[in-house]
Amino acid sequence: MIPELGHFSLILALAVALVQGTLPLLGAARGDDRLMALGRTAALTQAFLVVLAFAALTQAYVTSDFSVANVVANSHSAKPLLYKISGVWGNHEGSMLLWALILALFGAAVAIFGAGLPDTLRARVLAVQALIGVGFLAFLLFTSNPFERVSPAPLDGNGLNPLLQDPGLAFHPPLLYLGYVGFSVTYAFAIAALLEGRVDAAWARWVRPWTLAAWCFLTLGIALGSWWAYYILGWGGFWFWDPVENASLMPWLAGTALLHSAIVVEKRDALKSWTVLLAILAFSLSLLGTFLVRSGVLTSVHAFAQDPARGMFILGFLLLVTGGGLALYAWRAPQLQGGGLFQPVSREGALILNNLLLCTLAATVLLGTLYPLFLDLLTGNKVSVGPPFFNATFVPICAPLFAALCVGPYLGWKRAELWPALMHLRVAFIAAVIAAIVAATAIDGRATLAALAFGFGVWLILGSLIELAQRLVRTGFRLPPRAALGMTIAHAALGVVVLGAVGTGAWNSELMQTMKPGDRASFRGFEVTLERVENLQGPNYVAERATLRLSVGGKPYTTLQPERRLFTLQRRQVAETAIHTNLLRDLYATLGEGSAASGWVIRLYYNPLAPWIWLGAALCALGGFVSLSDRRLRIGAPSRTRPVVQAAE
Amino acid sequence: MNRRLLFLLPLLTLALMAGFFAWSLLAGRDPASIGSVLVGRPAPRLDVKPLRDGEPPLTDALLRTGKPAIVNFFASWCTPCLAEHPLFARLAAREGAVVIGIAWKNKPEEARAWLKRLGDPYRFAGADLEGRAGLDWGLSGVPETYLVDGQGIVRRHFRGPITERDVNETILPFLKGAK
Amino acid sequence: MTPSAPSGHLPRVGAVYSALGGGESDSSPASGEVRRHTARRGSWLALLLMLFAFPVQAVEPSEMLPDPALEARAREIGRALRCVVCQNQSIDDSSAEVARDMRRAVRERLAAGDDDGAVFAYMVARYGDYVLLKPPFKAGTLVLWLGGPLVLLVAGGALLIAARRRRRTPLAPPVPLSDEERTRLSVILSEAKDLPLQPRGPSASPQDDR
Repeated sequence: MIPELGHFSLILALAVALVQGTLPLLGAARGDDRLMALGRTAALTQAFLVVLAFAALTQAYVTSDFSVANVVANSHSAKPLLYKISGVWGNHEGSMLLWALILALFGAAVAIFGAGLPDTLRARVLAVQALIGVGFLAFLLFTSNPFERVSPAPLDGNGLNPLLQDPGLAFHPPLLYLGYVGFSVTYAFAIAALLEGRVDAAWARWVRPWTLAAWCFLTLGIALGSWWAYYILGWGGFWFWDPVENASLMPWLAGTALLHSAIVVEKRDALKSWTVLLAILAFSLSLLGTFLVRSGVLTSVHAFAQDPARGMFILGFLLLVTGGGLALYAWRAPQLQGGGLFQPVSREGALILNNLLLCTLAATVLLGTLYPLFLDLLTGNKVSVGPPFFNATFVPICAPLFAALCVGPYLGWKRAELWPALMHLRVAFIAAVIAAIVAATAIDGRATLAALAFGFGVWLILGSLIELAQRLVRTGFRLPPRAALGMTIAHAALGVVVLGAVGTGAWNSELMQTMKPGDRASFRGFEVTLERVENLQGPNYVAERATLRLSVGGKPYTTLQPERRLFTLQRRQVAETAIHTNLLRDLYATLGEGSAASGWVIRLYYNPLAPWIWLGAALCALGGFVSLSDRRLRIGAPSRTRPVVQAAE
Repeated sequence: MNRRLLFLLPLLTLALMAGFFAWSLLAGRDPASIGSVLVGRPAPRLDVKPLRDGEPPLTDALLRTGKPAIVNFFASWCTPCLAEHPLFARLAAREGAVVIGIAWKNKPEEARAWLKRLGDPYRFAGADLEGRAGLDWGLSGVPETYLVDGQGIVRRHFRGPITERDVNETILPFLKGAK
Repeated sequence: MTPSAPSGHLPRVGAVYSALGGGESDSSPASGEVRRHTARRGSWLALLLMLFAFPVQAVEPSEMLPDPALEARAREIGRALRCVVCQNQSIDDSSAEVARDMRRAVRERLAAGDDDGAVFAYMVARYGDYVLLKPPFKAGTLVLWLGGPLVLLVAGGALLIAARRRRRTPLAPPVPLSDEERTRLSVILSEAKDLPLQPRGPSASPQDDR
């Protein structure tokens, strides 16, 4: 009964979305207030309906209603409640429903919080949101219905994928989708602006909070995914340039560029067409990511069930949304009048450089991800594009980006001097150079790229903090606007991430030995003893667990208990790593194969600064949230009225 | 005019990419299948211990006799190998094809027992317990089959079990043509 | 040994993150006691675990070369070779049989004195360019390698040209004032002379304009 209600809600939601997607547009074109107001009502109604549908599916999962095909395929009565709930979105249909839900909720948010927007703009934004929603709801209803029944209902479900029963992975999709779908709002704003034919400071100010929110969530989602990969995959890697990871990185890069580009539009009325293009691209890249993961055109460790038929649907949708947006852009953007002039060395110039470098990074990732497909189709040759490629092409471009990042805030609008800005930062520069030298000599032993990157990390942190300090001193220790504070936090956090990545990527150590119970080894100042390896039984798995005792100078320090679990129903083996962190480094243990007779393969890693990767990413998102809370974003910028020329009488 | 073109560039790029995606989806391309780089090149070295007692080891000479040969990697623990086995029996018996079988990562006694139970279509048989021959031939698993012509050039490669259709449409014509 | 876990028990988190700082130890049996388990069950378990291998870093102690410099080279090469039966993993990370064979082959070639290029060529001869995680730089991959820098150059160049063109366009010479406008201007200027000077506001620094 309830699944049918959910299904019905979805159908109603589709109808409402159709109305919401058409009438307000008509109203905006005609200046009809009633039609425009319809957008708001429809958005709230649509949100309510999709919430109902999502609740219905969740209920089916929570009560283990195995008459619903989706629940049978992806759930099991023995699953803990938390994972039953996260199982709702741990499959293709459910995750599409989550997309539709977040889309509808964002639409409602615009309807509620967008009261300050001009009527025509809001109507258009809501209409575009609804049209996107039409696409997803249609996709759900016609190809991926989560409410299909199965009869007779089986006794229990099949869905006990052990990999998905993990808190990190459970919450990674919702955060990511909040990011992807958040960019749909900026897309809608861009389309609305192109339809209106006006992109101005007010628009940029209104777009900013939505972009920030989406960007923050996407940052958290990517960080969570990376952290999960780190502790699940068992050897301390945290980024693999897998197509699905790239699919989330590309919208993030475009979103970052968009955030910064919108500032120029807001302050100086310049860079309009580029900002609008970025707004279209950010969402398009999100859709592209969805397509790549679900269509089967690329191999990935991560992909959902591949289905070319679904792939065609998503591709068609992608073409409509992106193609439509870009076509509108090609038609209308040339008419957007540029604003003030500026010199190359200026805040605008720095932000243009920022745009340029971020777009190049995104293009590099896109090219690397899709090239095997293109080459295979064109020539039949197969190539692989893996981490060595990205390390050679992506990483070098980060260097000028990081270098300019700290200098930018010191440059004035329109025209600035580079040397004074650099002089302000001389302490940070010297510290960075010293850090690089220390890394090259004391830590690493040779001058390497890692040492250089270490220097950049220090530069980023100190450069941002020094800028804040100087600002505080100059204004008599008055708290700067939250947007400025958010900027400092986010920029410094980027440096923290860089340091973490360098530490654990370049300077980790490994102990790998076959050990029998009672064996000892020494590693980085620790004495490591394998005390025992025992078998144990979990709720749905059997496992071997090793107990490693670490001591320093004879005194016990900690115990690590890595496991190898075999989930009997799925015949899948999952390694449970044991990690001890003191926030400056991780001690990371895994248990390999072995037996009492031959001993077990024990791997112990020392990952310096690993926690800083995720702490830094969380801090980055925090900076975004701080910036989001700036009052000025809620007030909005005054819209420019046309100057009235007074006749001189 | 130039400016217009610049604004059209993103749309054109999208069209290009979408074209590739549609092509890939419609062609039913499997991104994980990589084919074999050996096709069209001289066969890799063949240096395998004999599977059956009393026979000489397999060498490259077997591939350059002037007669075409079929090289089939198999294993007793491999289920699809079971499925394709009768086709090799037919090729060996009825068509007189020279089929060289190599047991990959298979204990020789288990491979022999398997052949004894199912019939042995192999004119020559080798045991590649450690997988060295497999590596030389670019194997990623079993079964894999290579068609080698009389001059020792690899002409076709099958990843996975051969089917009735492969036999009729590819292997038989190859055997007849390459004589 | 008593199996733990009634139904509904939350499986342990994917990593057991120990508390910060050291010195803690969770519940341990009496010192030195090793939990017994039936040998038969243990070996069955071990066999199952080996059959359904999940990727953990897969290089084993028994595979390692005795010479640490050669082993380091083997690891570096292994990180750059793709496991052909996996989805996006290097041979160092994969526990597949073929990956193990490839790792062994890499070490044998290195021990025989091959340089890195020869080892890669050895693998490419057998598996094609697909096996290289860093795509080779040849005619087919020119677009791949040069695409990023090209985007940067072209876009950067376009921006520079646009900037220069804007600067080169001379501003139109101002239209001369008419007599009537000139009179108005002198009135305004005379009025301005009588106004007191405005005090300077807080120091205008570029950073303030956020």
